[in-house]
Amino acid sequence: MTSDFWSMGGYARYVWPCYGIAGAVLAWNLWAAGRYLGAAKVRAARALAMASSEAR
Amino acid sequence: MWTWFYKLASPPYVYGVAAAFVPWLLGFAALAIGYGLVAGLGIAPADYQQGEAFRMIYVHVPGALLSLTVYTVMAVASGIALIWRIKVGHAVAAASAPIGASFAILALITGSLWGKPMWGTYWAWDPRLTSELILLFLYVGVMSLRSAFEDPLRGDRAAALLAVVGVVNVPIVHFSVVWWNSLHQGATIVKLGAPSMPGSMLWPLLSMWLGFMLFFGAVLCMRLQAEVLNRERQASWVREAIK
Amino acid sequence: MRVGAWEAFFLVVRRELCLSFRRPEQLFQPLVFFLIVTTLFPLGLSLQLSALRDIAPGVLWVAALLSSLLSLDSLFKSDADDGTLEQLALSGQGLTLIVVAKTCAHWLVTGLALVIVSPIVGIALSIPTHAFATMMLSLALGTLTLSWLGAIGAGLTIGLRRGNVLLSLIVLPLATPLLIFGAAATDRAISETSTAGAVYFLAALCVFTCTLAPWAATAALRITLE
Repeated sequence: MTSDFWSMGGYARYVWPCYGIAGAVLAWNLWAAGRYLGAAKVRAARALAMASSEAR
Repeated sequence: MWTWFYKLASPPYVYGVAAAFVPWLLGFAALAIGYGLVAGLGIAPADYQQGEAFRMIYVHVPGALLSLTVYTVMAVASGIALIWRIKVGHAVAAASAPIGASFAILALITGSLWGKPMWGTYWAWDPRLTSELILLFLYVGVMSLRSAFEDPLRGDRAAALLAVVGVVNVPIVHFSVVWWNSLHQGATIVKLGAPSMPGSMLWPLLSMWLGFMLFFGAVLCMRLQAEVLNRERQASWVREAIK
Repeated sequence: MRVGAWEAFFLVVRRELCLSFRRPEQLFQPLVFFLIVTTLFPLGLSLQLSALRDIAPGVLWVAALLSSLLSLDSLFKSDADDGTLEQLALSGQGLTLIVVAKTCAHWLVTGLALVIVSPIVGIALSIPTHAFATMMLSLALGTLTLSWLGAIGAGLTIGLRRGNVLLSLIVLPLATPLLIFGAAATDRAISETSTAGAVYFLAALCVFTCTLAPWAATAALRITLE
C-alpha cells in the first residue's frame, strides 16, 4: 500500500517534484519575509539611534 | 461604524494588527494545509482518466488561484493608495507583489509538470498558460518599476499605476478557458452553479485553497510590517513598536 | 488670449510634427530597424519561400512591436528634459488634452509610417499581395494601440536610469494580445480564410485602449512631474 502511495500510479516523478516545489515556495516565502522584517527592524533602530544622537 | 476602516489608514495601527495576526494565520494555515494534504494524498480516490496524477491539483490550483487573488489585492490596494493618497495602500501593494509572483511561478511550474503526463508537453502556447505567464511578467514589471525610482513615494505611485493598468489581465486569465478553445481544463470551482467535482476530491482542494489564502495573509502581514517600517522610519511610534 | 481646446490640440500636434521633421533621421531610425529586423529572420533561418510565408505574420508583428518600442523614447523624454512638459502641464489646457495630442502626433510619424512601409516588408517576407490590405489595417490598429500603451509606459519611466529596458518590460506584456490577434489576422488573410474575427478583436482592443489609456497616461505623467 505504501509503495503504491510513493509511486503514485507511475506518476511519481511528476507528482512529488510538484509537492516539493510547492513546499519550497511556501518555505521561501516565510524565510524571505522573516529576513525582510528583521532587516527593516534593524534599519529602523539604526535610523532612530542616529536621529536621537543628532538631536543631542 | 466605519472607524475600523479609517484606523486601517494609520501605519502604527496596521503594524500592530499585522503583528498580532501572524501567528493565528500561520496556525490555521497549517491546519488547513495539513488536512488538505492528508485527505488529498491519502483519502481522495484516484481519478478515472488521470489516475494518481490528478493529485497535483492540490498544489497547482491553489497556487494559480492565489496568484490571481494576490494580484487583485495588490491592484485594489494600489488603487486606494492612488485615489485617496493612503500610503498604507502602497505598503500592502509592495508587500503582496513578491508573494504573488512566487505563486505565479508555482502555478506555472506545477502546471508544466502536470502537462507533461497529461498533454505530452511541458508547455503549450495556450491562452490560459500564456496569460498566466503575462501575469508573472506584470508582477516583475511592478516590482522593477518600484525599485527603479530614487524617491520611494514616486516609485510607489508609479508601480501602483502599473498594477492598476495590469489588472485587466486577471479576468483574461480566468475567462481564457471560456473565451477560447483551450487545451487547459475549464472552470470547475469558480463558476456559476455547483462545482463539477465529487466531494471527496473537492474538500481537500478547498481546504488547500483556504490554507494557501491564510498563508498568504500571514506572509503579507509579516512583509507589511516591514514595508510600514521602511516608510515610517522617523515616526515616534516606531521606537515603541520595534522593542 | 484664450485658446480653445481644439485649437490647443492642433497647435500641439503641429508642434510635435514640426519638431519631428526637423530631425528626419529620428524618424527613419525605427523604420530602418523594422526593415533590418524583418530581413534578419529569413537570412537566419534560410527558409524556402513557402515556409517563410508561415512565419511571416509573426515576424512582421514582432518587428513592428520592437521598432515601436524604440520610438517611444521620443514621446516625452526631450520635453521632460528641457522643462517644456512642465510648462505644458501648467498651461491651463488639460494635461489629458496635451497627452492625446502628443500621442496622436507620435502615432502619425511612427505607427502610420510603419504601416506605409509594411508592403516592402511584406514582399521581403513573401506575404502574398492580396493579404496586404488586412496586414496594413491590422498594423494601423495595432500600432495605434501600441502608441497608447507606450504613452503609459513612457509616462511612468521618464528620466529613469535604464528607463528603456523598463519601458519594454512594462509595455510588452500588455501588448501580447495585440501580437496574437494581429498575427492571426494577417495569417488568416494569407490563407484567405475569414479575417473578420481577428480584425474586430484588434479594433476592440484599440478602442478600449484609446478610451482608457489617456487617463492612465495623464496620471503617469502627474506622478512623474510632481
